[in-house]
Amino acid sequence: MPQMKIREYTSVTEVAGPLMVVEGVKGVGYGEVVEIETPSGENRRGQVLEVATDRAVVQVFEGTRGIDTSRTKARFTGETVKLPVSIEMLGRIFDGTGNPIDKGPKIIAEDEYDIHGNPMNPTSREFPRDFIQTGISTIDGMNTLVRGQKLPIFSGSGLPHNELAAQIARQAKVLGKEEEFAVVFAAMGITYEEASYFMRDFERTGALERVTAFLNLADDPAIERIITPRMALTTAEYFAFEHDMHVLVITTDLTNYCEALREIAAARGEVPGRRGYPGYMYTDLATIYERAGRARGAKGTITQMPILTMPDDDITHPIPDLTGYITEGQFVLSRELHRKGIYPPVDVLPSLSRLMKGGIGPGRTREDHANVSDQLYSAYAEGRDLRDLVAVVGEEALTTKDRKFLEFADRFEREFVTQGRDEDRSIETTLSIGWDLLSILPERELKRVKEDYIKKYHPKYKKEAGDG
Amino acid sequence: MAEGKIIKIAGPVIVAEGMRGSQMYEVVKVGEEGLIGEIIELEGDKATIQVYEETAGMKPGEAVIGTGQPLSVELGPGILKMIYDGIQRPLEVVKEKTGTFITRGVSVPPLDREKKWEFNPTARPGISVTPGDFLGEVQETEVIVHRIMVPPGVKGELVEVASKGSYTVEDTIAVVKTKDGEKKLSMLQRWPVRNGRPYKEKLDPSVPLVTGQRIVDTFFPVAKGGTAAIPGPFGAGKTILGHQLAKWCDAQVFIYIGCGERGNEMTEVLEEFPELEDPTTGKPLMERTVLIANTSNMPVAARDASVYTGITLGEYYRDMGYSVALMADSTSRWAEAMREISGRLEEMPGEEGYPAYLASRLADFYERAGRVVTLGTESREGSLTVVGAVSPPGGDFSEPVTQNTLRITKVFWALDASLADRRHFPAINWLRSYSLYLDSIEGWWKSKVGEDWKELRAKAMALLQKEAELQEIVQLVGPDALPEKERVVLEGARVIREDFLQQNAFHEVDTYCSASKQYTMLQVMLRFYEKALEAVNMGIPAKEIAELEVKDTIAKLKYVPEEEIEGKIKEIKKALEKEITALSQKIEGGI
Repeated sequence: MPQMKIREYTSVTEVAGPLMVVEGVKGVGYGEVVEIETPSGENRRGQVLEVATDRAVVQVFEGTRGIDTSRTKARFTGETVKLPVSIEMLGRIFDGTGNPIDKGPKIIAEDEYDIHGNPMNPTSREFPRDFIQTGISTIDGMNTLVRGQKLPIFSGSGLPHNELAAQIARQAKVLGKEEEFAVVFAAMGITYEEASYFMRDFERTGALERVTAFLNLADDPAIERIITPRMALTTAEYFAFEHDMHVLVITTDLTNYCEALREIAAARGEVPGRRGYPGYMYTDLATIYERAGRARGAKGTITQMPILTMPDDDITHPIPDLTGYITEGQFVLSRELHRKGIYPPVDVLPSLSRLMKGGIGPGRTREDHANVSDQLYSAYAEGRDLRDLVAVVGEEALTTKDRKFLEFADRFEREFVTQGRDEDRSIETTLSIGWDLLSILPERELKRVKEDYIKKYHPKYKKEAGDG
Repeated sequence: MAEGKIIKIAGPVIVAEGMRGSQMYEVVKVGEEGLIGEIIELEGDKATIQVYEETAGMKPGEAVIGTGQPLSVELGPGILKMIYDGIQRPLEVVKEKTGTFITRGVSVPPLDREKKWEFNPTARPGISVTPGDFLGEVQETEVIVHRIMVPPGVKGELVEVASKGSYTVEDTIAVVKTKDGEKKLSMLQRWPVRNGRPYKEKLDPSVPLVTGQRIVDTFFPVAKGGTAAIPGPFGAGKTILGHQLAKWCDAQVFIYIGCGERGNEMTEVLEEFPELEDPTTGKPLMERTVLIANTSNMPVAARDASVYTGITLGEYYRDMGYSVALMADSTSRWAEAMREISGRLEEMPGEEGYPAYLASRLADFYERAGRVVTLGTESREGSLTVVGAVSPPGGDFSEPVTQNTLRITKVFWALDASLADRRHFPAINWLRSYSLYLDSIEGWWKSKVGEDWKELRAKAMALLQKEAELQEIVQLVGPDALPEKERVVLEGARVIREDFLQQNAFHEVDTYCSASKQYTMLQVMLRFYEKALEAVNMGIPAKEIAELEVKDTIAKLKYVPEEEIEGKIKEIKKALEKEITALSQKIEGGI
């Protein structure tokens, strides 16, 4: 007798938090999708988290409200969670589990992908080197983003991370190339307003037809958030590796994702790790973040920009901490800069792009880029140190040289960091602002810049050359 | 061999029944696809198994088949230049089979069965052999001769040795008559990864592992056969420091374990190493390197296996008499893998959820390092140096992995986020770091580089220590409150900090600094400080000294190629005298 693929049970014996236990089951696979029908006739979806010979623990994506232990039906589908993918998904909006919510037609699948994906073979990867110009000086000049990178924004509640992400999505381009691009946007537990800000912005700039959005909003079931980013990344992989597109994936807010993860772990009675988050959170986050990259022989790329709000602005909190260990750097937004009215309030000191060095230099940006960036960084760091000192001893105690550094730090924040929400600076502009600022300092303090570059780009010599 | 059935699946951990007769750490094939797993707990006829691949879709009732073997690696020619995953599958070959993404259930032998190696016998029939004795040689890569050894446990009269010619790793190349009968030997051996390979005797380390990194070699050296830990928060330059060691350290064989780290970083290593030249041989670095890549999104159980796989390969080359260095990046990811598996086993957790056996596992691992007299009738020496990167959450060194590591390792390179923020690289904090090998390797420095290395180092350290104390005062009252003499201390320490300790990994000259260049650089910097001190005592203001031109020349010393360094040093010494004299004349003239 052929084994029936779909088996239906009404033997739910236990419901706790986001989990339900079904007993007396047979032949259920780990990770299998479960379709649930509540007594009121509502349909939900779940996934097998643990399975023993006759017992399955199921996490219910849409929440367990209304599920009972007598009339609820659980159908085991024999399939792991799959997403039907199609190029028609561009320009469409889905809910957190992949159902269209924009009143558009149903998606006719070209293929079905397992949303968990497979790890990319390290020998198949290609090292990311293509400079992405975002038009934002603190990013392009100091923490360059490259195609195939995963670079999160570490923010705090109330900081303009959404504005920054939208501006990056709007302005990002690779110089000298016109190639197909797409933005995949995944919202996890953000408010309606935040989501609609992004949607409006995409619409305003005409980018909407290149965007695929998966929206799990704050009032949507928390457990659904576990699969939302995976839906988004599966779509991105399809666009990138089947349709040769350059995909930017924006996921927000990873903090909500991790909360959902913790909720499930707690419901299962797992041994908690730091601050109650499960011990496997690193591995779990890695299976999301590591899906960025580029593959040898493939034209398309996936660049990821996850946004997370640091609880209490604490960068050592497990969520930003583990993220920082996986991603290739981070942009850190500073409340202090934000209070000073500086936009974008990117604090360059704790920010970092680990793939920067491969993406800049002659032929990519400009030969002096690395030196200028190092010099700006160290001068700003020195200026900030001096600010602390001034707070204690007063400005009078400083030497002339130190005052120059103080002036540098102030003007750096006002002229280099600050820019308009629609201001799209070329890398040339960014570097020349950098040079103008560096010229405040005595020339012998520019230790990190090669002499040839000083002669070539320092405003003083440029002017002389111009005069001559 | 036991044949059981799955009764429970939870992520990478499954439980099977009907497994009576299997052993702890035995390798089993799980499910219809025959995924590789390892038994980690036995109870009655039930076995708990960690599976090295994704288990989604697997069902209770599927078969589990024991192999009777513990998790082992294959040893033989063809290991070098390879890129393996955590359970020694060659990733290049996997790629040919499954494409860009690794799908599960791929089975590929670690060593190429088809490839023929040019075998050159070095032992003659008739002699008696013991484990570790050389039977012959294979030129494995351009720089490494692979010595074919009698495997542990085989002892007796050598009856037959293959003549010079080409053989595959499975061809018989020797026959030994043991007391249990004749034994055919091929170039391929297996060794269980969780057991250290045997040796005759452990020796104390006495030779430094020269890395070309100034703060490491001069200030916190690691000895060949020693152990070192690099803990650091993210962004502090741990990875770059690791790459620098891999590129420049003077070990003959290098093993790099990317354990639960970033895919793109692994790719950087994979792309960069074949292009890099080994400074001692002039050949590509890959000729002496093995890479083990188990990125963070690859199965977590294989991450645990990867460190054992790596260290076993290291021991094998050590047994041939080579000096081997191993870098594990990052041991924290390995510890987290242990924690994850332990959690799934519902074991009673120790500190921060890590299993109670964390400390003993770490200790076992690091203890496999060492300088040893190897097995074999003729004694030879080999060494295995182990460097473990640690990624403490939040940069907090009090967490269990860092603390347990520090209890075992002898060198501590404390990476410091605030130094990294200031772009001071390598961001090793000189006040917190230490090395316990200073005494044991002093002899090497004395005979090879300079008599007074240890004194110079001590002087420089004292200066840096003094600076730290003064900085505290400066924080409170500003630099102007310091007397002239102490300002010179600040100046002298600044020179050492910026011009000696800082080293640019991306500068073509500065990326590697030989021991003798390090020595001369430090010498001239301390001379500058002494001269400055004398000058201040003569009444020259510290401010004037800070602005001497010769300081710029000293600052650029790191960028001077090795062959020009001697001339440059002479120049500096002369300029220093001249400028100080000029200053003192000016002062006297002023008076």
